[in-house]
Amino acid sequence: MNWWTPEIAAVLWAMFQALVILLGAVLLGAVLTVVERRLLGLWQDRYGPNRVGPFGTLQLVADMIKIFFKEDWIPPFADRPLFVIAPVIAFASLLLSFIIIPITPGWGVADLHIGLLFFLAMAGINVYAVLLGGWASGNKYALLGALRASAQTLSYEVFMGLSLMGVVALAGSFNLRDIVAAQEGFWFVIPQFFGFATFLIAGIAVTHRHPFDQPEAEQELADGYHVEYSSMKFGMFFIGEYVGMLLVSALIVTLFFGGWHGPLLPPILWFAIKTGFFLMLFILLRASLPRPRYDRVMNFGWKICLPLTLINLLATGAVILLVAPDA
Amino acid sequence: MELAFYLSGLVAVLATIGVITGTSPIHAVVYLIVSLIAVALVFFALGAPFAGALEIIVYAGAIMVLFVFVVMMLNLRSDTRGDQPWLHPRHWLGPSLLALVLLGALVALLAQGSVDRVIEGELLTARSVALTLFGPWLMVVELSAILLLAALVTASHVGRRNNPVQNRNRGGNQ
Repeated sequence: MNWWTPEIAAVLWAMFQALVILLGAVLLGAVLTVVERRLLGLWQDRYGPNRVGPFGTLQLVADMIKIFFKEDWIPPFADRPLFVIAPVIAFASLLLSFIIIPITPGWGVADLHIGLLFFLAMAGINVYAVLLGGWASGNKYALLGALRASAQTLSYEVFMGLSLMGVVALAGSFNLRDIVAAQEGFWFVIPQFFGFATFLIAGIAVTHRHPFDQPEAEQELADGYHVEYSSMKFGMFFIGEYVGMLLVSALIVTLFFGGWHGPLLPPILWFAIKTGFFLMLFILLRASLPRPRYDRVMNFGWKICLPLTLINLLATGAVILLVAPDA
Repeated sequence: MELAFYLSGLVAVLATIGVITGTSPIHAVVYLIVSLIAVALVFFALGAPFAGALEIIVYAGAIMVLFVFVVMMLNLRSDTRGDQPWLHPRHWLGPSLLALVLLGALVALLAQGSVDRVIEGELLTARSVALTLFGPWLMVVELSAILLLAALVTASHVGRRNNPVQNRNRGGNQ
């Protein structure tokens, strides 16, 4: 057996890691749907889904069976090719972003030296899912939702990129492994607090999570861009939202909270604990905050967050030049 | 890498043909997005991942979203037109002649160059791009910044409320 070389072993190991991370992300996204409903119930002083299985743990299975066996209906007035491809874009662009996240020193799919830019590119592509899905549905509520979503995402992506540039300047690299390594001593959330705050807000807005879910506001738009979707296509939008939440939480941990660094516990546990904390924060925000008006959301993005990130970047650059002028 | 280059180049060409032959504006825009992503892949294959990522972020992620946005707002009803007036020779003869000249130039260039040239080069990282931009080309960066500032001021002037120019146009049209 001379084909079993170290290179083959390395390739297979990398493929195995990629598969585990991919499946892990999808499964966690699916599990989060039920976890969120239970936690919302807890925080809003009511029972969540608690009937199926012990403490409602099998609710996920019930939901899956239901969503798989529903009729996959495409409205006759819809634009078929775009209608079909929109949920695929929603799901794939977010899943692909996971390849840049280093989970532990040994685990992670790709070590791209443009890592952060890859995430921003995928976030940019992700807009089309909502936009094309809403337009292809041939429904005015879906179209209105898509218009809102695209305007909101475009506005918030502008300063999402800018809010991360402070971290990039401090670490001197777009590579997420370098960024985690640069946080060995202290986490970037301390010097980059405003970067963290604006990235958190932008992350919530780009994934259309609760305070920024005007694109799918039930009261006004009857579910917005995915109102015409059913069965697995809806499932992909739905799970995609949770995968996006997971992605943003993992990115916040990697960029601002030191990734896998932490005392005593093994790296994988630290990463999981920190990511879990931000997932809980996302759900708590949904449980507690009312939905702001749409024009307020846009004003807040352009008039407060964008100047804040610019000033933050300016100050970061000035400090870096003062501390190490010749670096 | 060479295979990736040619494949993504092929995709870019095919998608661009899709842009100009499509009758539905939104499908044309989607083809254009695919074409831009393919061009970004060409950058990746040539060893310039920074340019490739920026191509996706700026062109596919931001500018084309605005295109889709506008097409969505404008063409809700007049989506598919049966007649195709652009098939008439007088519409495509001029551009085709000009394109033919360009094709001739390209073929001549290819004919006199060596054929066995392969795609390779050093990896263009973000650092080297930045050092080039803010080193020898600092002046150009500053000039384009001034240009963008002028565009920003213009946009905010045109778009402001109670704009005399806008109101005059609106009155004239209706």
